[in-house]
Amino acid sequence: MTDQFVAPAIDYVGLLPLIIVFVGALAGVLVEGFAGRRTRYAVQLPLSLATLVLAFVALVVLGPDNQGLTAASTLALDGPALVLQGLILLLALLGLLVMSERLGGTQPDAFTQSGAASPGSAEEDFAVRHGATTTEVFPLALLSVGGMMLFVSANDLLLLFIALEVLSLPLYVLTGLARRRRLLSQEASLKYFLLGSFSSAFFLFGATMLYGYAGSMRFGDIAAAIGSSSGMDGLLVPGILLLAVGLLFKVGAVPFHMWTPDVYQGAPTPVTGFMAAITKVAAFGAMLRVLYVAVEGARLEWQPVIAGVAALTMVVGAVLSIVQTDVKRILAYSSIAHAGFVLVGLIAMDQAGISSTMFYLAAYGFMTIPAFAIVFLVRSSGSEATQVGQWAGLGRRSPWVAAAFSFLMLAFAGIPLTSGFTGKFAVFSAAISQGWAWLAVIGVLASAVTAYIYFRLVVVMWLGDDARTGDTAVVSPSVLTTFAIVAGVVVTLGLGVMPSPLLDLAQSTAAFLR
Amino acid sequence: MNVPWLTTLLVLPLVGALVVALLPRASTAVRPVALGFSLATLAVGIGALTQYDTGSGEQFQLTEIHSWIPQFGVSYALGVDGISLTMILLGLILVPVCMLAAWNDVPAADDRRQHTYFALMLTLLASMVGVFAAIDVFLFYVFFEAMLIPVFFLIGMFGGARRWKAATTFLLYSLVGGLVMLVAVIGIYLAGPRGTDGFLVENLTGLDLSIATGRWLFMGFFIAFAIKAPMWPVHTWLPLAAEQARPTTSVLLIGVLDKVGTYGMIRFCLALFPEASQWATPVILGLALVSMIVGALLAIGQTDMLRLISYTSVSHFGFIVMGIFAFTTVGGVGATLYMVNHGFTTAGLFLVAGMLIARHGSRDIRDYGGWQRVTPVIAGVLLFSAMSGLALPGLNSFVSEFMVVIGVFQRYQLFAVVAAVGVVLAALYMLLMYQRIATGPRPVMADVPDMTGREKLAVAPVLAAFLLLGFFPKPVLDVLEPAVQQSLQHVGATDPAPAVDTATAEGSGR
Repeated sequence: MTDQFVAPAIDYVGLLPLIIVFVGALAGVLVEGFAGRRTRYAVQLPLSLATLVLAFVALVVLGPDNQGLTAASTLALDGPALVLQGLILLLALLGLLVMSERLGGTQPDAFTQSGAASPGSAEEDFAVRHGATTTEVFPLALLSVGGMMLFVSANDLLLLFIALEVLSLPLYVLTGLARRRRLLSQEASLKYFLLGSFSSAFFLFGATMLYGYAGSMRFGDIAAAIGSSSGMDGLLVPGILLLAVGLLFKVGAVPFHMWTPDVYQGAPTPVTGFMAAITKVAAFGAMLRVLYVAVEGARLEWQPVIAGVAALTMVVGAVLSIVQTDVKRILAYSSIAHAGFVLVGLIAMDQAGISSTMFYLAAYGFMTIPAFAIVFLVRSSGSEATQVGQWAGLGRRSPWVAAAFSFLMLAFAGIPLTSGFTGKFAVFSAAISQGWAWLAVIGVLASAVTAYIYFRLVVVMWLGDDARTGDTAVVSPSVLTTFAIVAGVVVTLGLGVMPSPLLDLAQSTAAFLR
Repeated sequence: MNVPWLTTLLVLPLVGALVVALLPRASTAVRPVALGFSLATLAVGIGALTQYDTGSGEQFQLTEIHSWIPQFGVSYALGVDGISLTMILLGLILVPVCMLAAWNDVPAADDRRQHTYFALMLTLLASMVGVFAAIDVFLFYVFFEAMLIPVFFLIGMFGGARRWKAATTFLLYSLVGGLVMLVAVIGIYLAGPRGTDGFLVENLTGLDLSIATGRWLFMGFFIAFAIKAPMWPVHTWLPLAAEQARPTTSVLLIGVLDKVGTYGMIRFCLALFPEASQWATPVILGLALVSMIVGALLAIGQTDMLRLISYTSVSHFGFIVMGIFAFTTVGGVGATLYMVNHGFTTAGLFLVAGMLIARHGSRDIRDYGGWQRVTPVIAGVLLFSAMSGLALPGLNSFVSEFMVVIGVFQRYQLFAVVAAVGVVLAALYMLLMYQRIATGPRPVMADVPDMTGREKLAVAPVLAAFLLLGFFPKPVLDVLEPAVQQSLQHVGATDPAPAVDTATAEGSGR
C-alpha cells in the first residue's frame, strides 16, 4: 500500500447517463418542495420522463466509445453494463408511464394521498378532501433507477453494496404507498424493509469475508486471489455464499422468496410491475458480474449450490403459483419461477450464459410491465379487481385488453413466436451445452406447470361466466399507459418473431471487462 | 417458375383468419369468406401437387430455405416429401369439409363468436401446413406448439359442458410432451454440426451420436409423439377432448393434427436416431399392440358416441405405429397410407355423429335405435363409414390395414397374429355401433329431417375418398413409397426375404 493518496480518475463522460438520472431525481425532490400542489404532477411527469429519455440518449451516443474500468476500477463500463443500463432505462420509461396513470381523474389512482398518515386517520381524510396527489413517486423511482444502473456496473463490493441500498430504499417507500388496502400495503412495505435489511446484512457479511480472503474489495483482485493460494482459504466459499444470499434475495429465488408474493400484492400495482421487471434486471446483472468476474475461479465450489437454488426456485415458483387465487400473487409466484429460468442460463458460465441471461431479462421485463399495467386497469367499484373470479368474462366485455393480456400470458408460458419462448430457448440451450441438461429438464417441466396457471387465466377471461364478476370492467387508460401496454406487447411479439437483432446485441456485448 | 408454394399455403389461411376476424359484427359473409379461403388454399395445394415430381431422387421438394435466427442456427425452411405432401392435402380437403359441416354450429349472433370459430379453423389450417412442411427441427417445434393454441380455443370456447377441463387437459398433455421434446431439440442441435443452419433436418440426419445420447434424445422426441398420436398409456386426453369438442373440431384434431405424432416418428425418430429406433422397437411395438387392443376393447364398451369414435382412433393409431416400426417397406407404406385413410374414416364417423347429435341432442348411443327408418341417408353414410373403419375390402382402410399386417408379419409373425385380433375387434365395435344406432323398431319421436343438401355436400368428398382409395390407391402409394424407402434407408433396415408382393406396382424387396 502506498502512503501517497492519488485522486482516482473518473470518466465523467461515460458516467453521464447515471449522472443525468441522479440529477433528474434530485431536481424532482426540489420540485416536490417548491411547486404547488396543482402543478406538481404536471411538472414531475415531464421532468422524470425527459430525464430517462435524455439518459438513454446519452448512453447510446456516448456509451460505446467510453468503455473501460473507471473510478479506480470500482466501476466497469463494459458491454453487459451498457446493455443492462439501457434496458433498465427503457423499462423504467414504460414503468413510469404506467405509474402516471390517473384514470382520467374520475377514479382514485394507484397512490395514497398521504403515505405518512396511518390508515383511516383524520390526517388521511384531510389529505383526501384537499385532493392531494402523491407525486413523490417519480423522484423516488428515478433514485431507484439510478441505483440499479450503478448496481449493474459496480466492480467493487462496497460500491455494489451502496448501489444495492440506493435501489432498495426508494422501493421500500414505494411499496407502502398503495391507495387501496392501506394496511396491506404498509405491511408489505415493512416486510420488504425488514427482510431486505436482513439480506443486506448477509451481503455485507459475505463482502467482509471476501475482503478478508482477498485483501481487497475489487472484483479483479478477488479473482486474482482465487488464482493464487493465501492463508485465508476458509473464508472464500462462505463469503461467496453469503454474498449470493443478498443477491438471490433481490431476485426472489427460493428459499429467499418469502417476501415476493406479499410485497407484490401489497404494493401499488404499477410499482409492482416496475419492481418485478426492473429490479430483476439489475439484480441479475450484478449477479452476473459477481459470479463471472469476481469468483469465476471458484465455480466448482458454488455452481452446484446455484444449480440447486435454480431447480428449487423453478419448482416452488411453479407449484405454488397453481394454488393462488389473486392475479397479483399469481404473477408474483410466476416471477419466482422466471427467476429460476434465468438462473439456469446464468449457470452456464460461458458467453452464451451471459447473452441468454440478458436476452431473457429483456424479454421478461417487457412482458411484465404491461401485464401489471393491465391488472391495474381491471377494476371493480373503484378499486382493482385482482381475484381471478372477478376476471370472468372479461374477454367479452373488453376484447382488446383481454387479447393483449392473453398474448402476454402465452409469452409467460413460453409459447413459440413470443419473446418468452425465445428467452427460454436461449437459457436452456446455454445450460444444456454446458452439461446442465437435468436443469433444463426440470425447467421445461416447471414451464408446463406454470403454463397451467397462465392458461387458466386465459380461460377465465374468455370462457368464464359473468355470474360472479359483479361490475368488473376495464377502465379506459390514458394515452401514456396505452402506449406502455402496446409497446410491451409489440416488443414481446417482435422478440418472438424476429429476435435476431437483440440476440446479436446480446452476443456481441457479452464480455465483461476485468 | 419459382413460386413459393408452401409459404403461400401457410400464409393464405392466416390472411383468411385475419379477414374473417376483422369482418364487421353483423356481417353475414363470415362463413362464405372462410370457406372461400379454405377452398383457395386447397387450390394452391393442388397446384403444389402438380409441381411435385414423384420420380425425383431429392428427399424434399418445393423447398424454401431462408435464414431466420442465425444465432440459434434456425432457418425458415419448408419442403415436402411424399408423406408430408399427402398429409397436407388431407388437411386441405378436410378443412372445407368441416367448415361445411360446422355451418350451423355457431349461430351468427352479435357477439362475434362465429367470426372467432371460423378464424380459428383457418389458423388451425395454417399451423397444420406448417407442421408438416417444416424441414427445420426448430421450425417444426414452433408449429408443433403453435397449433395447440387454436385447438385449445376451439375446444374451450365451443365445446360441451366440461369443455374447459377437456381443453386444458389436451393442452397440458401436449405441452408436457412438447417441452420434453424441446430439450431433445436443443440436444440434437448441440450434437450436430451447429452453425447458422444447424437445425435443418438434412444437417442432422446421419449424425454419429454416442449410443446413450441418441437414446436419450430419441426418447425426448418419442414421448412427445406418443402423446400426440395417442398411444396407450398417454391416450387419456383424447376421449375427453373428443367428447367435449365439436365433432368437426375432432375431425381436424384426430384426423389430421394427431398424425403429427406418427409423422414425427417417421421424420424425426427414425431419420435422426436410427440406432435408438431399432433399440426401442420391441417396447414400442408392445405399446402399439396394447393401444390397438385396449382401444378396441374400450370402444366396444362405450355408450358415448364421440368417445367411442375416439377410442377406435386409439386402436388405429396403434396399427399405424406398428406399421412404422416394422421397418419394412410394405409396413411403412401401409402405415403412411393408413394415416390418410384414418383421416377420412374418422371424418366420416364424426360428421355423421355430429348430424345425429344435432338432430337428437344426445351423445348417448342408448338413446338411439331404429334411425335407419327415420333418416335412411344418414344411416347409410354411417354404415359406409363404419365399413371403412372395419376395413372392408374395396374401401380405403382395407388396403392400408392389409399392408400393415403383411409388413409386420415379414419381421414379427407373432405380433402380426395379435394384430389380426385387432382387425376382428374393429368389426365388432363398428357393427355394434351401427346396430345400436340404426337398427331396431322405428323410434317414437317427432319427424327429424334427413341429411340436408349442405350436409351431403360435406360428406361427399369423404365418401368419394373411401371408394377412390379403396379401389385405386396406386397414385397415393406412388407418392408415399419413395419417402418411406428414404426413411428406411436412414434406419438401415432392409426388407427381410422372402419379400411378399405388395399392392404397389414396383413391389418391394430391393
